[in-house]
Amino acid sequence: MFMDFFWAFVVGGSICVVGQIVLDVFKLTPAHVMSSFVVAGAVLDGFNLYDKLIEFAGAGATVPITSFGHSLLHGAMTQAEEHGFIGVSVGIFQLTSAGIASAILFGFIVALIFKPKG
Amino acid sequence: MKIGKNSWQFNQGVYIQSSATVTGPKEKQGPLGETFDYSFEDLHCEASTWEGAEQALLTKSIDICMGKTNMREDAIDLFISGDLLNQNVTSNYVARNIESPFLCVFGACSTSMEALAIGSSLVDSGNCKNVLASTSSHYSTAERQFRYPTEYGGQKPDTATTTVTGAGTLLINNEPSDIQIEGATIGRVIDYGMNDPLDMGSAMAPAAADTIVQHLKDFGRDPSDYDLILTGDLSSVGSPIVKKMTEQSGYDMEGIHRDCGLMVYQANQQVFSGGSGCACSAVVTYGYIIQQLKQNKLKKVLVVATGALLSPTIVQQKETIPCIAHGVVLQRVDV
Amino acid sequence: MITKDNYASEVKKYQPKPKLLRNCIKAFLVGGLICAIGQGLTFFYIEVFGFTEKTAGNPTVTTLILIAAILTGFGVYDKIGQFAGAGSAVPVTGFANSIASAALEHKSEGIVLGIATNMFKLAGSVIVFGAVSAYVVGLIRYLVEQFL
Repeated sequence: MFMDFFWAFVVGGSICVVGQIVLDVFKLTPAHVMSSFVVAGAVLDGFNLYDKLIEFAGAGATVPITSFGHSLLHGAMTQAEEHGFIGVSVGIFQLTSAGIASAILFGFIVALIFKPKG
Repeated sequence: MKIGKNSWQFNQGVYIQSSATVTGPKEKQGPLGETFDYSFEDLHCEASTWEGAEQALLTKSIDICMGKTNMREDAIDLFISGDLLNQNVTSNYVARNIESPFLCVFGACSTSMEALAIGSSLVDSGNCKNVLASTSSHYSTAERQFRYPTEYGGQKPDTATTTVTGAGTLLINNEPSDIQIEGATIGRVIDYGMNDPLDMGSAMAPAAADTIVQHLKDFGRDPSDYDLILTGDLSSVGSPIVKKMTEQSGYDMEGIHRDCGLMVYQANQQVFSGGSGCACSAVVTYGYIIQQLKQNKLKKVLVVATGALLSPTIVQQKETIPCIAHGVVLQRVDV
Repeated sequence: MITKDNYASEVKKYQPKPKLLRNCIKAFLVGGLICAIGQGLTFFYIEVFGFTEKTAGNPTVTTLILIAAILTGFGVYDKIGQFAGAGSAVPVTGFANSIASAALEHKSEGIVLGIATNMFKLAGSVIVFGAVSAYVVGLIRYLVEQFL
């Protein structure tokens, strides 16, 4: 149990450090960094590497935005197994729907309730 | 009257009759907090939108400025104002409630001195008697237009500046008072190829240096002829650069130069490299500097407001940032 | 001598450098903490609600998104972001913050044209690149699996 927390902390923190280095050294905008990370997650999953990272680090790998790319690809591949070629495009948002839907919903509710602080 | 290459000297006598500065809460906590006429306790300035808040700042500064005189509003021959927002909405919308003719100007953060120079010239020429010159900026309207949503958790680098929430207004005419507007130098657009919108100090420093050097040449003066050469919002990044650049042109500003962006906040207020925005030079000059002139602690000041003429769209198109700076000379006269 | 041609390099010494090591440590600590909280939530959903290790990811992410959206509403997340940099931007909470902050920012232009239209102003690029890259990688992998 403790080691699960430890590795989640270390791996998750390390992914963020990579992001920080890209931000500070290459002077990219946060949008560029986030987009690259999602692509990186999808590519890593293409080689079946990201699942190994999740097994090892748990939330340390599922919480960073790289896991979004991984889940998108997983959704696509699950459907591809069933429906072949067409499944790739049908399944993309299958596993990430909870994340996107909740982000939209909570973002909307927060915007309705709160007033920007400035 | 034209003097030198890019400068105007106001020989007929142009004087400041009244001034007003209004700020938000953060500026109030700064070192010049006591010098402002009014500070809103809340960034929203009792308005429902950020744009409305900026209009409230500008309106308040005009009201206070007029309130300090016994002049009626219909005696104003011209209202000149500008701000940072697209289509200068703050100035244009506030001008709806002003009876007098209106000229809108845009010079990014150099707007304060642009409006003052134009207004002074019109008073000097006799085309106008009483001119109201204003400018405003607001942290949140500038953030949302030029950067990210205010609640977005993006990390800003130390070279970034903090937009001053505030507005400043001056009433000028040809009736002698203790502060005279002696002359102005109109800047050129200078682009030294900087392209980082989060480092405007580096981008604007060459424009400030160009205007300062041109001003000193045009008037045949030395920096030591001034008690203070004040730049608008070069911040801690641009200030040493402008000093270095004027020095290599043969004008040493050591001990004479200060920057409004470094005066308006304290170091511990988490403002990155200093204040910026149209209101930065306005609230410092129209408040603290004018009070210092009135108290005879300063005699002659050159205010050089600096502006970065960028838009987020064109920066994203990989263009560089053109900049401009306008200088106005304020001096104490004994009447 | 500073000239127009050498300006960018000559003025470098006046521009404060990003404090890379300090920024990285802060990013590591905050990013790690958010992931550790995520791990705690995962255990919670497994123990209390009977999710499996595979399915607990969704409620975990959803909960983190909720927390981030609320912190954005209270005007706290941007302060965390300034401190932590990538540490609070890279986790899914940063994604939620980019949606909630854009939505909140444009509230003044109305619910439809303001909140709804601008919600994905910042997060849109993540979804676009995620979907496109997943599609491309998915297609390649499918073809490779079929024909090799």
